[in-house]
Amino acid sequence: MSQIPSQLVEQLPAIQLLLTLLAAPICSMFRNGDLSWRIATVASWASVACAFALLHQVWGGGSISYEMGGWPPPWGIEVVIDELTAIVLLLVTLFGALVMTALRESLSSIMRHQRQSLYYTTFLLCMASLIGITITGDAFNVFVFLEISSLATYTLIARGRDRRALTAAFRYLIMGTIGATFILIAIGFMYMLTGTLNMADLSERLPEHYDNKVLHASFAFFTIGIALKVAMFPLHYWLPNAYTYSPKATTAFLAATATKVSLYVMIRFIFDVYGVEFAFGQMQLGTLLVPLSIAGILVASLTAVFQDDAKRLLAWSSVAQLGYMALGIALLNANGLTSAVTHMFNHAMMKAGLFLALATMIYRTQSSSLASLSGIGRTMPWTTGAFAILGIGLIGVPFTAGFISKWYLVSGALDKDWLPVAVLLIISSLMAIAYIGKMLDVMYFKPAPSEFAEIKEGPKSMLIPCWIFALLTLYFGIDTRLTAGLAGRVASNLLGAS
Amino acid sequence: MIVGLFNYWIVIVLMMAGLYIVMSSGHLVKKIIGLNVFQTSVFIFFISMGAVDGGTAPILKDGFTVFSNPLPHVLILTAIVVGVATTALGLAISVRVFEAYGTVEEDEILAIDRDNREREISVSTVVTESSQNERDQ
Amino acid sequence: MTDILLYASLLVPLAGGLLLLTQKDSANTRDVISIITATILFLIILSFYPTVLAGNSPSITLAEPIQGLGIVFTIEPLGLLFATVASGLWILTTIYAIGYMRGANETNQTRFFLCFAISIAAAIGIAFAGNLLTLFMFYEMLTIATYPLVTHKGNEAARQGGRVYLGILMFTSIGFLLFAILWTYSLTGTVEFKPGGILQGHASPTVALILLTLFAFGTGKAALMPFHRWLPSAMVAPTPVSALLHAVAVVKAGVFTVLKITVYVFGIDFIADTGASTIILWVAAFTLTTASIVALTKDNLKARLAYSTVGQLSYVIVGAMLANAAGIIGGAMQIAMHAMGKITLFFCAGAIYVATKKTEISQLDGLGHRMPFTFAAFFVGSLSIIGLPPMGGAWSKWFLLIGAADAEQWILLGLLLLSSLLNVVYLLSIVGRAFFVPLPANSATALPAGTIQEAPLNCVVPLCLTATGCVVLFLFGDALYNFLQPILPKTEP
Repeated sequence: MSQIPSQLVEQLPAIQLLLTLLAAPICSMFRNGDLSWRIATVASWASVACAFALLHQVWGGGSISYEMGGWPPPWGIEVVIDELTAIVLLLVTLFGALVMTALRESLSSIMRHQRQSLYYTTFLLCMASLIGITITGDAFNVFVFLEISSLATYTLIARGRDRRALTAAFRYLIMGTIGATFILIAIGFMYMLTGTLNMADLSERLPEHYDNKVLHASFAFFTIGIALKVAMFPLHYWLPNAYTYSPKATTAFLAATATKVSLYVMIRFIFDVYGVEFAFGQMQLGTLLVPLSIAGILVASLTAVFQDDAKRLLAWSSVAQLGYMALGIALLNANGLTSAVTHMFNHAMMKAGLFLALATMIYRTQSSSLASLSGIGRTMPWTTGAFAILGIGLIGVPFTAGFISKWYLVSGALDKDWLPVAVLLIISSLMAIAYIGKMLDVMYFKPAPSEFAEIKEGPKSMLIPCWIFALLTLYFGIDTRLTAGLAGRVASNLLGAS
Repeated sequence: MIVGLFNYWIVIVLMMAGLYIVMSSGHLVKKIIGLNVFQTSVFIFFISMGAVDGGTAPILKDGFTVFSNPLPHVLILTAIVVGVATTALGLAISVRVFEAYGTVEEDEILAIDRDNREREISVSTVVTESSQNERDQ
Repeated sequence: MTDILLYASLLVPLAGGLLLLTQKDSANTRDVISIITATILFLIILSFYPTVLAGNSPSITLAEPIQGLGIVFTIEPLGLLFATVASGLWILTTIYAIGYMRGANETNQTRFFLCFAISIAAAIGIAFAGNLLTLFMFYEMLTIATYPLVTHKGNEAARQGGRVYLGILMFTSIGFLLFAILWTYSLTGTVEFKPGGILQGHASPTVALILLTLFAFGTGKAALMPFHRWLPSAMVAPTPVSALLHAVAVVKAGVFTVLKITVYVFGIDFIADTGASTIILWVAAFTLTTASIVALTKDNLKARLAYSTVGQLSYVIVGAMLANAAGIIGGAMQIAMHAMGKITLFFCAGAIYVATKKTEISQLDGLGHRMPFTFAAFFVGSLSIIGLPPMGGAWSKWFLLIGAADAEQWILLGLLLLSSLLNVVYLLSIVGRAFFVPLPANSATALPAGTIQEAPLNCVVPLCLTATGCVVLFLFGDALYNFLQPILPKTEP
């Protein structure tokens, strides 16, 4: 009897991937939306449990290597789970599952019953492929999963109510495909040089080619490609529209996971495959990343301040926040990297919560323009309460998760004696006060438009996930062992490898 | 030099042509065509990479010791599948765009959107029920 | 045991606040809970005195949100003094607020008392903060918790006031204070409060000057000009809020922060050596003079008191920036003395509003005979603010003047005296008007002359108690002096 659990534990990485991947086609077989939703929810929460179990295994340090199908690497596909993987895995599954739980109510108003099954299928596929990207140890596999997740994402976005969702999805499709193909070229070049696709193998064999022009080209293609997927300024062009017009709750999932996982790929490749020395020393990635990320932070924050649509405002804020993470990476010191990884998690949590709370409001008002949200603090006090907590978290007020990542980021900048950068970061925080304050001001103080004067509080199935996000934001503002603590170890691992 | 790297020159030409079409054309279907050309160039690149001078197909048989590397071919098989899926999805979205806007020219779509925004600036995300029903059918 | 009590001091107000939520429908139970909570908290705070007087400073770590930097609470004399003032006056304010809120028929009373309790918890957190990180966290918590109180009325004026309030406090704290804290952290590798300071040897005089300026302006709650605008704006709040928060908890948290940073981060020797305090010293001197002059021009009673607060706060800053023993002691005493005096004045203002609905000073003619207790208390409070014996305020002003003389800042000395004169004019003129100008003829017809028409008992008793407190503090000036001695560096006499 005792054999079975231990065998199960050994197979956890595969189970992690297969849970959602297999649930997807099962969902598509049912025409009953509710049933599909149940299956999808169970599968996603089961994968959360898996993620926790894996986190538990790598908590003490070290990593798990799993051979898919029993083929040893470099021939077979290796699955590698270390601390960074575990944290991203938790991010994807936990926030994905929370959004999934809230999804039913949100969808029922915009979609007919049998269509919902297909929607859940796509959602699960997206989640599965994001998990795949995270755990795989094979460079080509990253590309394949990246494309699967992108295809699922395009579909999810195109399902938005507004017809502009279609153009947004199309635009994202073009940009995303170009980005992914660039990454494919980069992987091709690496394969040309080393004859392997296994990431661990690559990192061992690449150093002898550091002076090779082919590797330089590969790195350039990769950087552009991944920057497109991360929506790093100035390649963020697709993001605001995609977030604005995608169906309400979907935005919460996309904002939380898609760009974060791309960022994870970026960290993985830069630090573990290409190597820090090559990326930042020889290729001078820092000189590109630092000014661009700072410009991105400032420009996007400023743009956000002047938006009059709540979803678009939050989308622009996402571009700015991605800048924080990129800057954290570019700082290339312990505090900076800790901040990048912590903020990846924290921002995913806060933005998902914000979009979900917004979705709950839109569920009642049918519009995301700030004008129609005025006075909603009185008609929907609980939703707005959660929104307010998450909002001040995004600003980076103490006792919220946002504070922790900001603290590390500014410390990182000061550690390098980059005083002006620190000042600019503080200024960008002030802009965040402006745009969050603008929304809260409208929600609490403007009188509600007459047609929305009688709207009721959002449905419980959406409200509870919102509050879970809000409470988590507060919790991770105080107990940071799981976020900053783990991220600190990740940072020292990444830097130690150089 | 030029002849020896013939494949790679083709790759570059195709890649540039593809990217150019994607960027310059406002027609959504033409954009997808451009994207396909671009992707194909990468496929050729991978396949050329796997080729070995004088090599045969990678089938084990006595007398043949030099054969092409099969791995890139297998990889590209996957990539082609992904490409086809992307193309299909892109075309499907284009069809939907045509249904919703009556055109697939990007300029015209943008113009329609701009008109709409000016007309009903406050209810930006509400779409009429009819167009919603249309799309659900 | 002390550890548990320390946790309790933070949790009691929060728990009390949450308990209030369950009693939404029963106003009486709710008010009893409020008073009991306040009393328990005060007793807990008092129980720390034996430990601190014995020279111990117990410390606990709650959590460690940043690697190597925890949420740490340490009890030391300065913080304990602030905590005592805040919690002690909380009891009186609660009693007063119950009378006021009912008398004035305010709405949303549960939310009001809940936010009040959270604010007190934040103030206690600030008082016991063992490092800058903890201090900053509770500082921001206080800002946010008081915001619903400021906008309590929910009308356009309240909204506008709240916007200015939150805008300035958030802007300064994140823009300057957080930045200064992070800078200190990167310079010294620690943000702990240590006797004698932590910056010594890590910062050049120029950096020290910039840092101290950032800290002082960053503490927007200390209301240094030009970041004082939030305080008059916050006066849209109900009067108990103005009384406790904007005469005691919030503003005192501000000056307390500056004082604590001066003593425990910079160290007064370090400031004296580097001259880091030059800019802020003169900004504070400017603020206290200007605020007194502005106060003269205000006819709204609460606005005048608000500007008076702005001025009086700068006394504390001046004390801190003088960076000598007498200055620090004077500044620290001023926290307690001014709190007691100013809360009396605000209680009076609220009592007048509840009894007569009058808010302007020009309407107060002859009211002294109708509300004798209130105006007598107002008189006592005014004397204490001005700094005349036999009121507590005399001690703090005295030490501040000695401090200025010790530092040989004669211009400053002159400004302090000038400002005291202005205090006399703008405060005593109110009392004079109430007692010596006859009631206007038209309103005199409403009630026969000599009728006493005071505010509810709930309002009058607390204000009499705080007025008595002003006198009592005068008697305990010596004890306070001895109590505060340990915060000074050992080398000084």
